[in-house]
Amino acid sequence: MTAPILYDNPGPKARRRILIGTIVGIALILALIGYILIKLAGNGQLEGQRWAVLFDPRSSVPQFLLDGLVATLQVAALGMVSATILGALLAMGRLSDHRWVRVPATTFIEFFRAVPLLVVIFAAFLLPPSFGLPISAYAALVVGLTLYNGAVIAEIVRAGILSIDRGQSEAAYGIGMRKWQVMTFILLPQAIRRMLPVLIAQLVVLLKDSSLGFIIGYFELLRSARSLVEFFRVDFGDQYSFQIYVAAAVIYISVNVVLSIFARWLDKRLARSKKSPEGETLPLTAEQFGAGGGGV
Amino acid sequence: MDFLIENIDLFADAMGQTLLISALAGLLALVLGTLLAAMRVSPIPPLRGLATFYVEVFRNTPLTVVFFFIIFGLPQIDTVVSPLPGAIVAVGLYTSAFVCEAIRSGINSISAGQAEAARAIGLTFSQSLREVVLPQAFRTVVPPLGNVWIAMVKNTSIAAGFFIAELSALLPRLANAAADELIATLFGVVIAYLAITLPSAYVVSRLERRAAILR
Repeated sequence: MTAPILYDNPGPKARRRILIGTIVGIALILALIGYILIKLAGNGQLEGQRWAVLFDPRSSVPQFLLDGLVATLQVAALGMVSATILGALLAMGRLSDHRWVRVPATTFIEFFRAVPLLVVIFAAFLLPPSFGLPISAYAALVVGLTLYNGAVIAEIVRAGILSIDRGQSEAAYGIGMRKWQVMTFILLPQAIRRMLPVLIAQLVVLLKDSSLGFIIGYFELLRSARSLVEFFRVDFGDQYSFQIYVAAAVIYISVNVVLSIFARWLDKRLARSKKSPEGETLPLTAEQFGAGGGGV
Repeated sequence: MDFLIENIDLFADAMGQTLLISALAGLLALVLGTLLAAMRVSPIPPLRGLATFYVEVFRNTPLTVVFFFIIFGLPQIDTVVSPLPGAIVAVGLYTSAFVCEAIRSGINSISAGQAEAARAIGLTFSQSLREVVLPQAFRTVVPPLGNVWIAMVKNTSIAAGFFIAELSALLPRLANAAADELIATLFGVVIAYLAITLPSAYVVSRLERRAAILR
């Protein structure tokens, strides 16, 4: 709610200026859109027949793009499940009382958080074959996504567990629970509620990152679009290229926007339903996790 | 180890490319992101809408798709971009959305009294933003901007898939040329990335301490 603080309620003069600004702004945006449309039309990119190919089953374009989308979602879904499991295990490892568990878990987390995801994926793709183990692009992508995001999720889970009031675990120990019981019955259930929005935001990032499969040659959405373009180039030149690229981008963006909206909705819902008497179960924000760049 | 020393030029060149893309894209992202943040809090509705739309779209687009569009898509409408500027623009445009969000959170964290006082002494919107709010906002956003910078350095690795010979691109390249030295290559690449990100993290934490506002 900064907007009203930064400027006065506009008086007649200011309102006129804002109106002028609005008209100029709209004119500029329209001019930009118009310029793009003219540029596209000049190239004949707007002809209906060129776009129709995207929806014509006989061209096999829709099927191909759908297959690509399914492949993307498949990798992302598998990566999401395994990264979450790995993250939870690593977080508990890092919080362990035993040095021989804590130190390796911490090293693992810090290492994979510091290395670019693409390097992890390249390593997963190139290393096993050099030891005589063949690995598919699919498996390498899932392994890379799991290791990298597992480390990131571990930090999210750890912050969630640490945010639970100490009285909770003290009370649980007080009634005679064991360490694993305190973790599974008392701490984790409460921590999950708090970290859910951040966790889902990270899973959206994972879905975005599955597009890296393009680089190692996994047939996800982008790679499918690219190979379609190359396939059509033989007979039709670049007639349909732009349209196919646009379609792939639009599909990617819409899937991500839908997931982001879901995350925001969940965030609001969790913020509204305060279960504990003090209303302490407010979900944490990304800043509290020190993960401002985590979603980049 | 010998392998790394023999190929030190190759690694240095690749690291130079990574640093070049990071520096220029970072500059672009900082300027564009600040502009977008100013637009998002401005009194003019279409500017607010445009900035919000930009941020929503780029935050929900994988960087690979941005690259893909700039390198393969733009030539289809007669705008050929060569790989290096293309990479800088792709990373810069993508990161600016995150910079905008970080700065906006900083603007939101400035206490309302500051902006009210600025208005009370008769500063206009752009004056109070420039002279009062943004200087303080930049100080509070040092840690999130630092995180964005480090994530961006790591993100430049995606340029490897689009004809840039930066650090990550060494892996597939040397995996073919020197297959038995793969682990040494991997080691070198990881060290090179750490040589950028770890000092960055240190500088950010130093800056954070110096820029912190005592409230």
